[in-house]
Amino acid sequence: MADSMTSTPPRAPAPPAASATGRRRGLYGRNLRALSLVTAALVTLTLLGVFFWAPNDAYLGFLQKIFYVHVPLAIVTLCGFIAGGVMAIAHLRTRDPRWDMRSYVAIHISLVFGVAVLITGSIWAKGAWGHWWVWDEPTLVSFLLIMLLYATYQPMRFAIEDPERQARAASVFAITAGVFVPINFAIVRLSTAYVHPRTLDNISGNLPGRMQVVFWLALLSVTLLWVTLWRYEMASKHATAQLRRLRRLLAGDESEAPPRRSAAPSVTTSPGGVG
Amino acid sequence: MPPLPLHTAGPYVAAAYIVFLALILLYVAIMAGKLSRVEREVDELTELAQRLHDEREEP
Repeated sequence: MADSMTSTPPRAPAPPAASATGRRRGLYGRNLRALSLVTAALVTLTLLGVFFWAPNDAYLGFLQKIFYVHVPLAIVTLCGFIAGGVMAIAHLRTRDPRWDMRSYVAIHISLVFGVAVLITGSIWAKGAWGHWWVWDEPTLVSFLLIMLLYATYQPMRFAIEDPERQARAASVFAITAGVFVPINFAIVRLSTAYVHPRTLDNISGNLPGRMQVVFWLALLSVTLLWVTLWRYEMASKHATAQLRRLRRLLAGDESEAPPRRSAAPSVTTSPGGVG
Repeated sequence: MPPLPLHTAGPYVAAAYIVFLALILLYVAIMAGKLSRVEREVDELTELAQRLHDEREEP
């Protein structure tokens, strides 16, 4: 070890905390191929189940098939926002920037899923109600409110230049908004059960037999898809951070350009990058 | 109200699933872009490492 250190060019500093990060090397890329294959297989199985196994709904007919993609996406989106809040708590507790990165990526992917929820929901509304959007339907409006709330997350991050302040403010935001999500969901759920169809309603049990099996399969598929994409994004950010670190080690610190202002967390604040 | 017939409901269902698949494909395309950037950076770093190695080897 000492020999390898002495053979390092004088301009290149020793890797900081190399031993600490060594154990975590490739954390997000590990088993990613297997996870991707399982996710792809489950999504395919779900699609087959939706179109060839689950019966048509007696009331909504073939249009009800949209629910197998719309509702799991909505559930996973909301859970993703809550997960982002939990990761933000870990960030504030430990001051470890990797938690900030995890929270950022969770919210980022949930936002993408949320856009899909709004689009698929609008398509369903047009087919079922004849309107793309209904403003007096609390479930729709409350979901839009959550999306608009989280749409301010990235601009808020970008507005704060100092990376540490940015990370702290983003974590406080993620926790506050993450608490708002279940409260908002519960209030809407308790206050109205009149217009928006209920998928997980134990009282009326409106998803019987095969439809329920396919629904749970769809929920599992979308959850795995979220986890897979989260892992991909984290692996990508980890690789980019490690490359930046390697470049600094090879070229010397003086050649390092000042970090660009960005909404994304500053991964260089941790010796081990985001891993 | 009777359920929508297949020929009426079909396009809506197809549109919803196409949106879902399009978003996945878009994400894959973005990841492909990031991968090619990482690949380019690895190439640059390999060249840099080679140059440093050559400089060290020179008498």
